Formats: sequence, structure tokens, C-alpha cells
Amino acid sequence: MIEKDISLSGYKDVNDILRKISGKVKLKGCCGQRFIAAGMSDLSLEIYGIPGNALGAYLNGADINVHGNAQDAVGDTMNEGRIIVHGNIGDAAGYAMRGGKIFVKGNAGYRAGIHMKEYKEKRPVMVIGGSCGSFLGEYQAGGIIIVLGLDKENRDIVSNFPCTGMHGGKIFLRSDCSRVKFPDNVTVSRADDADLDEIREYIKEFCKEFLIPEEEILNSTFTKIVPDTKNPYQQMYVAN
Amino acid sequence: MSKGVHFGTEFFCIEMSTFILFNRKGATILSLRPRRDVKAHVLSKGFMKTEGEVRIPSGCAISAVISRLGKKTTGQSITESMKPMHDRSNGLGGGFAGYGIYPEYKDFYALHFFFDSRDTRKSCEIFLKERFEIVQSEIIPTRKIPAITDEPIIWRYFVTPLKSVLLSMQLDEKEFVARSIMKINTEMDGAYVFSSGKNMGTFKAVGYPEDVGVFYKLDEYEGYSWTAHGRYPTNTPGWWGGAHPFTLLDYSIVHNGEISSYDANRRFIEMFGYKCNLQTDTEVITYIFDYLVRVKGLTLEEAASVVAAPFWSTIEAKTDKKEAERLTFLRTAFSSLLVTGPFSIILGFTGGLMALNDRLKLRSMVIGEKDDMVFIASEESAIRTMEPDAENIYAPAGGEALIIKVKEGAIQ
Repeated sequence: MIEKDISLSGYKDVNDILRKISGKVKLKGCCGQRFIAAGMSDLSLEIYGIPGNALGAYLNGADINVHGNAQDAVGDTMNEGRIIVHGNIGDAAGYAMRGGKIFVKGNAGYRAGIHMKEYKEKRPVMVIGGSCGSFLGEYQAGGIIIVLGLDKENRDIVSNFPCTGMHGGKIFLRSDCSRVKFPDNVTVSRADDADLDEIREYIKEFCKEFLIPEEEILNSTFTKIVPDTKNPYQQMYVAN
Repeated sequence: MSKGVHFGTEFFCIEMSTFILFNRKGATILSLRPRRDVKAHVLSKGFMKTEGEVRIPSGCAISAVISRLGKKTTGQSITESMKPMHDRSNGLGGGFAGYGIYPEYKDFYALHFFFDSRDTRKSCEIFLKERFEIVQSEIIPTRKIPAITDEPIIWRYFVTPLKSVLLSMQLDEKEFVARSIMKINTEMDGAYVFSSGKNMGTFKAVGYPEDVGVFYKLDEYEGYSWTAHGRYPTNTPGWWGGAHPFTLLDYSIVHNGEISSYDANRRFIEMFGYKCNLQTDTEVITYIFDYLVRVKGLTLEEAASVVAAPFWSTIEAKTDKKEAERLTFLRTAFSSLLVTGPFSIILGFTGGLMALNDRLKLRSMVIGEKDDMVFIASEESAIRTMEPDAENIYAPAGGEALIIKVKEGAIQ
């Protein structure tokens, strides 16, 4: 494995280094460098420290492991590959993501999965281990978001205004969601066996990455949210 | 031209009627067709229009640190914290506020000034002497560094209002100082007060914040709390006075965002004697907090519920009916002070800091702790730069005010 200390490098230098190498790479001393591994394919990256905003933007097949927290807009418009975050994740995770997978062990900030989309075989997946801030799946147009609520602080699995403007894709929350207020533009139901079959492989993959027992999670109640095509999204920001 | 202070950018005339403003790297930051009178002035004096005269339809970086025990640290760490967030700014403004930095003059208002000339300073001093006793008058020490150029005259006075004038005007001391500053900043060409609290001071310039900290020798000041800002101006050209923090008395604001309610807020606040001279949204936020907390006597929590009032639907859903009533009252009584659009702000005041996001949380803000220290920044990387072992990293929800106060009695 190639090892690089990037504590004194700017973001451009870091990506210049990464573009010249492939295979397994370990980045140490990361502190706020943006756009790490943007658009990259043949790379398996271990990051120690705090990667900056837009980690793995336009990612095209590379595998990224963050041993700590990540900041905002992780996987912005990513196309393929995996981003695994062993801590919490900032706002707008998976922003406009169109393929690949994001796994977060801890919590996500606001607007996780904003405007995720899918087309034919391209179907992005994001699994959040903890809870999410407000506006989960805002304007979601495709893909699958799964939130497991394994939050130690016992917070609500999702905060205010989830699924605002959602018009495609699916969200699964491991909760009966009795306290969650959903907008009129979505249909909320308890996930049945067929639904769970659809997400089982992703939950297994999540549990394998973070060494979490999967049985209890798979045997829980999940709520499924999909857009209500008969009552499409109309407005949020105007009538406030 | 009401303010003739050169703000350190180049202007270039391609046609007789059009000006293009470049930053030092040659990027166009402004192109405008000035009014005839302004154009004449620009050509004759070699001055560009300054802040407050131009509005260009903000990304930014903020950072802060406070010791709950009132322990003092130099401004070096907060300066370092801006480095990983370098790309959030564009070199058109950086600034800091430090609290507890003037213990030897703690009973006096520290007035920090930008002057465009020695004559302006002299005439301003005459005005000050009519209203204040000046116990110390000195240049603010700076380092000459290539990254910071075209500085105005940067001066500070430690003053106390003349008792006789206070009596005759029948004003309390703070109101008198605030009105005097508004008067200078509105009426006195070429003079601008950018800091006016007791035992605190603001330091700001055109440049990147990490350079501004070096320029002002912040490593030589010690404070129990610090705030910092890196600027990416989008509404105004970027002049020394327009850099953050914006202050009035001991309130200082650093702000990342772009508020869309600026004009509604400005029209309301100007009814109470405030003058928004610079057309930047941050200035109006500073005055809103001064008005709500100092003048109207609201608590900081209440002021936060006015500025970032929850949606009506959120208020209706509250199970705590008293809380819903409180929020309804505040939102109704001060409806013109609801600040909309994206913002994350840190308010500095004597003995504490308050961090607040807009209710939709359209900007990032992260908190971290270590022992008695609390850190606030736009990015966790800035917190890790100040304290690699920071704990309890979390992001407050939109509209959730985080208030940190120094233990009572800890500040001498």
C-alpha cells in the first residue's frame, strides 16, 4: 500500500498525486482538502483525518474509506464506486448522486440524498447508520436511501421536512415513524417482505463494513416512502 | 462619493462609460456603468466607488473559540484555523474579533478607526474631543507583509463619554456611544469606526484571513474568546470596512451567507436610528442583535427565535404549548426582523458567543469541545486545526441557537 502524508498539501496537489497512482493508497494528515479523488476510478483509498467538502465528487468507480468524520457534499454527483464513512457525515451527502454507494456509520446532517437520481441500471444507494437531519431526500428523483437509526442518543430517526419535493426513488426508515410528519406528496407504508428483499443486500453490505450484527436490523420494522404520483410536489419555500 | 477610502483593487476603463474592476489576480469582480458624477470623481481623484455605493448581486468561512473558564489564548490559533478553509474566501476580506484583549483599558470604549488621510483623522479627533475624554490615542500596530497592501490609516482611541455631554443629551452611555458611531460612519467622509466595544477589538482588512491575522499581529493579543471570518463578497466590492466582523459596542458578527430579507430588515431597523451604510447584509444583523438585546432587553435565546423564527407549521406542531406561545409572540412582535436566506453566524459579546444557523440550515456550522474550550467553525477541519483532539463534534439544527458563556466571575 502506498502511503502519503498530505498535511501540508493543497487539494490540487493531493489529486495530482492520486491521478498518477492506482491500487491501494493511504492518505494521512488530511485536513479539509476538498474534492479528494474527484472523478477517479482505479483506486482504493484509506483516509485518516478530515477530508474536505465534496469528497469523491463525480467518483467513477474508486473505493473510499474515511476513518473519521466527513464534511459536506460527500459523493456530489458520484457515478460509480463506494464511499464508506466510519464517523458522521455533514450536510448534503450524496448530492445529485447518480450511481454507486455511500455507507455512513454515524449520523448525517441536513439534506442527505438531495436530488439523488437513477437511470436504467444506474441506481445509487445510501445507507445511514444513525439518524438524519431535516430535509432527508429533498427533491429525490431516484435511488434508495436507507436510514437505520442506530443512534445512541435516541434522537428521532429523521428531523423536520423529510421527502420535501420527492418525486422518484425510495426511502426506507428503520422505525414505525409514528412521530414523523411527511408531506402530502409521498405515500408512506410499512415495508413488506418484498420491499425488504430489495434492500437486504445493502444492509448486509453495511453491516459487514462496520462489523455490526445484521439479524436484529433485518428483523426490524421499516417504513417505506415513495412519491405519490397522483399528488405531485407543489411548493415548500413560498408559503412559509 | 461619500467615503474616499481606497480599497486596494485596480480599476480599468475600457470605454468612457464602463468600468471594470479586477482583483489582484486579474479576475473581473465588477463591471459597471457609473453615474456621470461618480465617473467624473473616479477619473479626477483616482478613487473607485467604495462599499455602500455599489451592490453586486456570499460564500465565506467562519471560525471561533472560547474558554468557558475565561482562560486567555493568543490570536495565533484562530488565525491558523482559517488556513484549511482558504478556498471559502477569495482574498477580498478577512477579519477577527478578540474579547478580553485590552485589560489595561477595560473601562474604556476601544474605538478602532480607518482614516483615508491625516487631515480626516485630525478633524475626527476634534469631533471626538467634544464628546469623549480620550485616554489613549495610537496607531494600531501592523506588520508589513506583501499579502496586505493599500492599507488606510488604522488608528485606535480608548475613550470614555464626557459626563456633561451625557447629562445634557439625557442618554445612557451605550446609546450615546452607539449614536456617536452612527454619526461618524454616516456623516464623516473618509472616517470609519469598525470596532467600539469595551475590552474587545475587531481587526479586519482586504486580504485572506490567515494573512490579516499576521498583519495585525494577533499573536501579540490575548483573549478569552475569538471569532474569525474569511470573505467572499458577492453584493459589494470588498473594502476594508466591509470585511467582517461587523460590530457595534461589544456585539460583533461574523457571517457566512446571503440574506434575502436585507431590505425588509434594513427598513425596519433604520426606524430606530441605525444606519446601514455599507449595503452588506451582515451589518444589518449586527444592528438587529443590538436592538433586540441591548435596546429591547430580549435574551439571546429570544433574539435567536426572532431572527431564525421556526416555520408556522413547526410552531403548531410543538407539544409544549407555552413554547409555541412564546415563539408565536416573538415571531409576531418582530416580524420584520425575521432573517431569511442562508446564514450561519457567530455573535460575539462580552463574556460569550452565540452560534446560529438559518432555519433551513442552508450553510454549514460545526461545534467541537475540549475541556473548557468550545470551538465553532464552518468546517470540522478548522476545529481540528485548533484542537486535533476536539470531542463531541456536532452540527446544531437550523435555528437552534448555541450560546456559550464564560463562567461568572472568570473575567477580570
